[in-house]
Amino acid sequence: MVKLDSIYIAGYGGYVPRYRIKASEIARVWGRDTVDLPVEEKAVAGVDEDTVTMAVEAARIALKRAEIHPSRIGAVHVGTESKPYAVKPCGTIVAEAIGATPKVTAADFEFACKAGTEALQFVCSLVGAGRIEYGLAIGSDTAQGRPGDALEYTAASGAAAYIIGRDKNNSLAEIEAWASYVTDTPDFWRREYERYPHHTARFTGDPAYFHHIVNSVKRIMDEDGYNLNDIDYVVFHQPNVRFPMVVARLLGIDLEKIKLGLITGFVGNTYAACSLLGLVRILDYAKPDQRILLASFGSGAGSDSYILRVLDGIEHKRNLAPTLDKFIERKTYIDYALYARNRRKIYM
Amino acid sequence: MSRVYVAGVGLTKVDEHWKTSLEQLVTEASLKALDDAGLESVDAIYVGSMLSEILQEQGHLGAVLAEELGLSGIPAMSVEAATASGAASIYVGAREIESGRAKAVLVAGVDKMSDGMAEEVTSALMVGEKQEYTGFIGATFYSLNALIYSLYMKRYDVSQEKIALFPVLCHEHSVGVEHAQYPFKIKLETVMNSPYIAEPLRRFETTAIADGAAALILVGEEFASKLKSPKTELVIEAATDYVTPFQREDPLWFPALQLATTKALERAKISRNEVGIIEIFDATSIMAVISLESSGFASRGEAWRLLENGELSLSGSLPCNTFGGLKARGHPAGATGVYQVAELHLQLTNRAKKNQVDRAITGMAQTLGGLASTAFVTILKKVM
Amino acid sequence: MFRIKVPRFWRYREFRYRLSAWKCIHCGEVHFFKPLVCRRCRYREFSEVTLPYTGKLLAYTIVRSPPAGFEEYAPYIIGLIELEDGTRIVSQLADVDPEELKIGMKMEATFKRIREDGVDKIIAYGYKFRPAIQ
Repeated sequence: MVKLDSIYIAGYGGYVPRYRIKASEIARVWGRDTVDLPVEEKAVAGVDEDTVTMAVEAARIALKRAEIHPSRIGAVHVGTESKPYAVKPCGTIVAEAIGATPKVTAADFEFACKAGTEALQFVCSLVGAGRIEYGLAIGSDTAQGRPGDALEYTAASGAAAYIIGRDKNNSLAEIEAWASYVTDTPDFWRREYERYPHHTARFTGDPAYFHHIVNSVKRIMDEDGYNLNDIDYVVFHQPNVRFPMVVARLLGIDLEKIKLGLITGFVGNTYAACSLLGLVRILDYAKPDQRILLASFGSGAGSDSYILRVLDGIEHKRNLAPTLDKFIERKTYIDYALYARNRRKIYM
Repeated sequence: MSRVYVAGVGLTKVDEHWKTSLEQLVTEASLKALDDAGLESVDAIYVGSMLSEILQEQGHLGAVLAEELGLSGIPAMSVEAATASGAASIYVGAREIESGRAKAVLVAGVDKMSDGMAEEVTSALMVGEKQEYTGFIGATFYSLNALIYSLYMKRYDVSQEKIALFPVLCHEHSVGVEHAQYPFKIKLETVMNSPYIAEPLRRFETTAIADGAAALILVGEEFASKLKSPKTELVIEAATDYVTPFQREDPLWFPALQLATTKALERAKISRNEVGIIEIFDATSIMAVISLESSGFASRGEAWRLLENGELSLSGSLPCNTFGGLKARGHPAGATGVYQVAELHLQLTNRAKKNQVDRAITGMAQTLGGLASTAFVTILKKVM
Repeated sequence: MFRIKVPRFWRYREFRYRLSAWKCIHCGEVHFFKPLVCRRCRYREFSEVTLPYTGKLLAYTIVRSPPAGFEEYAPYIIGLIELEDGTRIVSQLADVDPEELKIGMKMEATFKRIREDGVDKIIAYGYKFRPAIQ
């Protein structure tokens, strides 16, 4: 039983970079059939963007909604698998850029695609323990797939940020519960000094993605006494469009409930930001008293589930900053050549 | 206070001098100036250079030049004021003559840009700007010019074709000039069809990588009467302004140039109408236009009329950049201010050959550091 | 000078990261870097202010011949922006193609990579401005 007490979301923000590449364009370059591509298109960071810059963008939006002075933020935790530095934290740069320094703790988290929800757990814990007044948790990634690999169609860029506090009067949702489910399952990894990750193709499905999400959702439902009927929206980690739909079916969840948060078809898989970014979209539309279930997945492998209840504050707060759709609609298509240049696949 | 006279000049051709070093260039110009004046030695040497410490990693040019000239022993040092470094060396030398502490001074300007790659030179030219601000974000000297250019065209509703006449004028004047980097004519359409360096600024409205050195011998009254070489009388004034033009009240105005011009005219006891030749600092076409206005030779937004009416050509009422200016004679950064004054001296001593402007008895040279953060105005008068 | 010197860019990170600046208490002149004396009125006291993150575009150009260290980013746009408090700031413009720009359009501060050092690989971050997302 990990029922939480008085942990609230004071602000949230999502960021998607401006550039898009169509999956069909990637297929063209590698001579693949365009039938049954995993996504329609994916978001690509600009040449002057990385995990840190996108994290700052998302954090600034969250700050606008949180309506607090950044010095009240006591923790900045960034979950990512695409750190600009192998050694040197993203968290310090983000904290400095938003003006949260110096009375703040900062750290980076890595757990493949669930690093963001993992960062959120730690921030919730610090807030819950009364160690900090507000905390900032971010999932941000400029994910890279090996050129020509199946992952190249989906590996995208984006960031989502959440400011957590204990003041119900300054909040838009309550985090009611979380549960994790972790085993040692090597479905996807990247060793030191390697540019691109390795994965185990179909092994990433049943024993990895499906097994962990199903069990973390079952755990949160069972241990915290929730019923699927209590839930209005569901967002899963979304490596492609199909997996979340399959896992919803496995759990007996109505597809209508996952539709709003299922953005991977036009944003791509933003890795550590992925499920958190889907949640941003849901919060952009949700009404007070609705319940949201989120289940992330991180290769290696594990899943974190959260149950949120939307509060009255949402109506006021969501209008304080641009919604995710503003960023999704802001798009410029690039071809593979420009994509390769932007993402430094061309060695100079 | 002693009057100051130019008693000798020396120039190297502005070019890409692949086989010649920075030291050799400045030594060549200095020797020519000494020879022109008929002098063996001087009391002090001042060298202006903007880029030598960056591109050649050579500082200490005073001692270096003194040694090259076989004059080690005399005081020598370098003076720096970005693209106005050469004029700064004249300023310091002239002040020393005026004070009476020196009878003869060698002032030189030198830069050798071809030793740097294009990107390095672009970076190096930003030392005259605020590195921590505009330099940090990747702005270039030309991009800052381009912003000013856009604002200018919008405010005064002047088309680029009018402003782009300036480089055409410069090239007209450089034809046949031995020391000019580009001694040939160009058409307005050549300027307008040249590629953008930074919109709206086109390549032919800017200057190129150039190597060159120029030197003057400045002497006081006592020496002037003894030397046989042709002489002119020199007055120089200077002023400064905020380093970044956009922090100034009006980025389309060069207050430092306005101030230095007023001061120089007052000290020379002449009015603008009496200026017979003018050397404008056309690092870009837009800087030339704003300079003409800020120094009071044209009203705001109207400098293009001088170009269109032909008043700035050799036969016009105010012959301008009579050897091609920065655009066509060439702009070896820290050397340019000395070239400008040396050229006025050649004019006023009737040694300008086919570019000789008749009847001129007074000339003005304007030398700017950066986007007019520093302005030097030199006035030369014919010695009757 | 073509390298990124860490102490130099670290020293001014507050301005570059979040437009933290210094305002003269006497005449209101805004200084991006902490001065000892106001350049305008010579007063010696300043208050720390955060400049507005939004403003309008006054002029822009495209850097086609970049300085050393910026080669991989060129061509890029340099703009002049008047912030809502009247402060003028020169900035790179991000997330926009030149054709989309209009003089007078609303811009907002964003946080981007400025460049990285070619040898040490240290990354310099700072502000750029983009068309405001309303």
